[in-house]
Amino acid sequence: MIRSHVLVCGGTGCTSSGSKAIREKLAVELKEKGLEEEVKIVQTGCFGLCEHGPIMIIYPEGTFYSRVTPEDVPEIVSEHLLKGRIVERLAYTDTGEEEKKPINEISLSDTAFYKKQHRVALRNCGVINPESIDEYIAMDGYFALNKVLTEMTPDDVINEISKSGLRGRGGGGFPTGRKWSFAKASVSDKKYVVCNADEGDPGAFMDRSVLEGDPHVVLEAMTIAGYAIGADEGWIYVRAEYPIAVNRLKIAIQQAHEYGLLGNDIFGTGFNFDIHIRLGAGAFVCGEETALLTSVEGNRGEPRPRPPFPAVKGLWGQPTIVNNVETWANIPQIIMKGADWFASMGTEGSKGTKVFAVTGKIKNTGLVEIPMGTTLREIIEDIGGGVPNGKKFKAAQTGGPSGGCIPASLIDTPIDYDNLVKMGCMMGSGGLIVMDEDTCMVDMAKFFLEFTVDESCGKCSPCRIGTMRLLEILNKITDGNGEMEDLDKLEELANYIKSASLCALGQTAPNPVLSTLRFFRDEYIAHIVEKRCPAGVCKKLLSYVIDEDKCKGCKLCMKNCPGNAISVNAKNEVKEGKKLPYLVIDTSKCVKCGACIDNCKFGAIFKK
Amino acid sequence: MKSLAELQAIKNKMADRVSVRTSSGSTRIVVGMATCGIAAGARPVLNAFVEGISEAGLSSDVIVTQTGCIGICQYEPVVEVFEKDREKTTYVKMTAEKAKEVIEKHIKGGTPVAEYTIGATQL
Repeated sequence: MIRSHVLVCGGTGCTSSGSKAIREKLAVELKEKGLEEEVKIVQTGCFGLCEHGPIMIIYPEGTFYSRVTPEDVPEIVSEHLLKGRIVERLAYTDTGEEEKKPINEISLSDTAFYKKQHRVALRNCGVINPESIDEYIAMDGYFALNKVLTEMTPDDVINEISKSGLRGRGGGGFPTGRKWSFAKASVSDKKYVVCNADEGDPGAFMDRSVLEGDPHVVLEAMTIAGYAIGADEGWIYVRAEYPIAVNRLKIAIQQAHEYGLLGNDIFGTGFNFDIHIRLGAGAFVCGEETALLTSVEGNRGEPRPRPPFPAVKGLWGQPTIVNNVETWANIPQIIMKGADWFASMGTEGSKGTKVFAVTGKIKNTGLVEIPMGTTLREIIEDIGGGVPNGKKFKAAQTGGPSGGCIPASLIDTPIDYDNLVKMGCMMGSGGLIVMDEDTCMVDMAKFFLEFTVDESCGKCSPCRIGTMRLLEILNKITDGNGEMEDLDKLEELANYIKSASLCALGQTAPNPVLSTLRFFRDEYIAHIVEKRCPAGVCKKLLSYVIDEDKCKGCKLCMKNCPGNAISVNAKNEVKEGKKLPYLVIDTSKCVKCGACIDNCKFGAIFKK
Repeated sequence: MKSLAELQAIKNKMADRVSVRTSSGSTRIVVGMATCGIAAGARPVLNAFVEGISEAGLSSDVIVTQTGCIGICQYEPVVEVFEKDREKTTYVKMTAEKAKEVIEKHIKGGTPVAEYTIGATQL
């Protein structure tokens, strides 16, 4: 009789921090203590709190252990599982500023990280074993598919999805129900359903986590869509860089086949549907739906003009719907709980919840799902635990290289599709990169532009050439050669690229530049006029200086300087009535690597 | 798989297995499992509760869990029952048979088995 479940995260984050070794060690220890009949080890998908991985949760108590190592396992087994004593030093108990509860009464939903979250798309992630179809079924899996096939007409399904107000979670935010109704209206004897799992934004891992933690939800949702639009074939386009996700999808598809939940005559209704996987080679542009379809067909991933939209002419020229992984993850619950339930969450124009991958200068790096309309402040300060090391929050980038930044002054804006567009950002797929006062916004814009320059497919010239020219101007500014008229040039060129590019990659590539110009123009001006980088990032505009009062003359910096730029000021000469520091940096030799700062024990070296 | 009934059958079969993770836990049965408790025979008591609650179909509301030493080692195995809006009940010198009775009369019936509680025992 199983009395306790030990859930160990098997997502990419925790796998790379060693969760596999923990599961193996756990199995050995349980056997040794004779607990294998009482305690079950479950490998799950991502819990979201990747920062504190590898993560382990022990039920029924719901004790949350963070940063577990294989060496901790014997203690957890003998203390917690055998004797019922929580291993306090490993327990994650950050409940924010609330009164402290006894450790054994803190449940996961009490912690600051989880309290404000509302898990819809991620509801099974970190709860079920993604490699077990039975566990998915135990959480009401495939009941929505049964309901659709036996009780609803295709039009009922589309109406329900439309009524829910669900909008695409991949970036554009197009109403999902409307997309489906276009595909249904297209007349053809062959139609396709496609899942876009080509998650390419730097710092985004929402889709990966859903695929790794709950792969069956995507299969179920795609089958539902197949019934709704009249398709019998589905394709999942997933990055080859997501090996765990790909493997679990393959297992899921095989299990669904074994149960007859994919294939012919599903639930005896005569409805047939099958799903194939196509691996993407990692080109960013393949996340754009027309490029994705071209790539699925086996051609070079390049976009084509729309219209015709895929709903009319998509995969192999047939009507096709393309939806993002997170969009799919919402579908079965909308069918089971109803459109009104879904529409009760969120704001006027943006219903439901949104998953964000929160990264950057934040304490709790990880995956959060919040109702639309939650403010950025709640995400960063309450759920994310704030900016570490006492630094000040400066801005957050949403939508990756296609999005823009939200400055600290707008931190209280409720986040939904429309508000983000008003701020010159976009929802994107949900990457949220937090930046503190040490981030140079010009440098940040440059980073994203370098990414789009690399990833531009080259088919249309505004994107291929335009982004390169934008980057050159930014480089000129960060090198200290900028002129004020460059700012006008940047804006003019950015707007040309936006209006003339073929696909969303080019149309959104200038967004980081435009948005930083809008909110942080003073930083651009400081680079150009004062030849100074206020955040101390742009190397060419910096010089390293030794503070004469703090320097004790220990020579550690000198020993560690790779350029031999630091020397002893032997004469101790007196200049303008003041003693020069014992050590000096020769700025002509300095390569600005920062090794001296890292090695100084007295904090005597600073950037100017 | 050809029908909802088959799907439901799998769900039911699995319900017990995942309920450990999803239980609302409005009632918590806590078994003292420190060295003293284990030595006094807490493990059969714990197993009796786990099995009894599962058989009674109460897994979605009742959590059976363990704790360390409560401090009254001579009265082990000690079992505490926490319920919403009610004072906790402490049972002492428990056995697997007594556990079954507690499930029947207290957890299902709502009336604590007074004779096994710490109040009925001369301290």
